[in-house]
Amino acid sequence: MPEKVVESFNVKHLSILDEKGVADESLMPSLSESDIKRMYELMVLSRVFDERALSLQREGRIGTYASILGQEASQIGSALSLQKSDRVFPSFREMGVYITMGYPMHMLYQYWSGDERGMKCPADLNIFPLCIPVGTQIPHAVGAGMAVKYRKEKVAVTAYFGDGGTSTGDFHEGLNIAGVFRLPVVFICQNNQRAISVPRETQSASKTLAQKAYSYGFHGIQVDGNDIFAVYKAVSDALIRARQGDGPTLIECFTYRISDHTTADDASRYRGKQEVEEWKPKDPIFRLRLFMSAKGIWTESYEKEIEEKSKEVVDKAVSVSESISPQLPKDMFLYTYEKLTQRQINEMGEL
Amino acid sequence: MPKCNMVSAINLALKEEMARDKDIIVMGEDVGKNGGVFRITEGLIEEFGPDRVIDTPLSESGIVGAGIGMAVYGLKPIVEIQFMGFIYPAIDQIFSHAGRIRNRTRGRFTCPIVIRTPYGAGIKAPDQHSESTEALFCHMPGLKVVVPSSPYNAKGLLISSIRDNDPVVFLESTRLYRLFKEEVPEGEYTIPLEKAQVAKEGKDVTVISWGSMLHKTFEAVEDIDAEVIDLMTLTPLDEETIYKSVKKTGRVVIVHEAPKTCGFGAEVSASISESTMLYLKAPIIRVTGYDVVMPLPKLEDYYMPTQGRIKKAVEEVMKY
Ligand SMILES: Cc1ncc(C[n+]2csc(CCOP(=O)(O)OP(=O)(O)O)c2C)c(N)n1
Repeated sequence: MPEKVVESFNVKHLSILDEKGVADESLMPSLSESDIKRMYELMVLSRVFDERALSLQREGRIGTYASILGQEASQIGSALSLQKSDRVFPSFREMGVYITMGYPMHMLYQYWSGDERGMKCPADLNIFPLCIPVGTQIPHAVGAGMAVKYRKEKVAVTAYFGDGGTSTGDFHEGLNIAGVFRLPVVFICQNNQRAISVPRETQSASKTLAQKAYSYGFHGIQVDGNDIFAVYKAVSDALIRARQGDGPTLIECFTYRISDHTTADDASRYRGKQEVEEWKPKDPIFRLRLFMSAKGIWTESYEKEIEEKSKEVVDKAVSVSESISPQLPKDMFLYTYEKLTQRQINEMGEL
Repeated sequence: MPKCNMVSAINLALKEEMARDKDIIVMGEDVGKNGGVFRITEGLIEEFGPDRVIDTPLSESGIVGAGIGMAVYGLKPIVEIQFMGFIYPAIDQIFSHAGRIRNRTRGRFTCPIVIRTPYGAGIKAPDQHSESTEALFCHMPGLKVVVPSSPYNAKGLLISSIRDNDPVVFLESTRLYRLFKEEVPEGEYTIPLEKAQVAKEGKDVTVISWGSMLHKTFEAVEDIDAEVIDLMTLTPLDEETIYKSVKKTGRVVIVHEAPKTCGFGAEVSASISESTMLYLKAPIIRVTGYDVVMPLPKLEDYYMPTQGRIKKAVEEVMKY
């Protein structure tokens, strides 16, 4: 009996906008001038938010913070194709996703300053709180996908995670279940090349992370994660397939974390300056600016205007977050259970 | 009224509740076609279909994690972990998420999942099939831990657990599954969570137990005027019922199947000392499983508290 091939697959890499700001028109998603401006403005706003968070941390006004610097295209590009009714399960590094979806910015600062009221998602949004244990949010997205499918709703679910997250059991268990039941879940991996200090190659011996989808029986694709058009297109297509009942997709956004892992980390211990310098010209905002400039929709006065606007929005968010009345010690008891237990009532009396 | 063992009582609860509420989903390994390895979910897939009775991949963390995702979006998942010894891969999901979601979202999202699992020794099962590690779950705020001791209260407690808006870990003693039958009404009745039950009234000593050990306790105290308390819900604990009894009898024996060290008996004992110390006439004694890995069947009878050990403990506190 001759051997025969029983399964094979190809893993594609999608990029549309190159480092010089030139787009491949044949692949370009349909976006109006104002859509493109919105992409740009949200990336700038997220970056200003991020820079401010870093400085607030240094001033001791918020706690440890995980920066998104360099990952704006992956976050904004993916979140822009989401609808408010879609259900989002972020990791701890998705500030750009929250901002794009319209999560009140002051609540993000509130959370990072150590007040969990910042994670009470507004009723008109379906974005889950930050998830600190790596990868554990992935099965939650899968379960939400099961709920969507059961109710025959026309919504999609996304789970965000990093390259480190793909090594966890929950990643594999989650993708496996999503594949078996063909759930409307889009798995968005931001491969920012490291999990704290551990490089991507140490997470997995497979050549791409996208290819892992094929072991679970669905489509995976790698995209240039610093190219907002590519991210937007891949995620939009996947979301449409999900909403139509065509099952899950894994999207690997190939990107780079420019800053330290968190404000408690010093990346110079494990990566050279050279490496970071090589990634800087790939900056997603810079790249889109070149594109817009060539199209005549970017000018210095426009740039100035959106920078100022972003700063105003961020200033306001900081001041709102800092003017919120402090939590009362008894607040820590309130949401452990639906109702306070007798023991909790006694304990509250001790405060 | 039909006579039911615990298996059919739990099955009846599931059936009636699923008929009442179409948002209830049962899922786990082998729960569909096979009706569960203990046949708890037998007949459910025929009645409610594969969209509501879901045979999942073998994936404990995935099952509980997905259950959490369903629960936060308004469904009522009842997930079965095939044996308590296999719940550990899912502990991360239970501890890190199920018990915390309400708090961490200040009530915007809640996690009303029920995690059912058989527990305990006494059916000559293989390694890892006889765990009684309920104390692990009791320690985690935000979770409720429920342990029925009879078919009647299994049905009533399970219905309450299903209707509860917090995550419940529901532990079913394998030894009790088919040990005896009792009358279990069809149709709705509930037994409230967070309430212990005085299963037998008495004056001389309070014996506190739950789940499988309750029956050995009854046998052991037949000739004694003992008050027997069935905790039924371990956390949140009904301290009031316990203290009332301790104030009456002044003597306490706690009986559980789990190992002694950091077992839930330690919590009960410490709580009694803190609150009703001056009523005590004798030290509190715990009769428990030993601090060993749950042995294979040949030794399991030696591991578990016996009638004799319970009797001896009761005699001991009666000396004071
Ligand atoms: C289960 C778990 N293990 C370890 C940690 C500590 N930790 C926090 S972030 C991180 C690396 C995560 O890397 P990755 O998934 O690639 O995401 P990134 O931080 O790069 O966005 C580690 C090890 C954790 N939060 N959770």
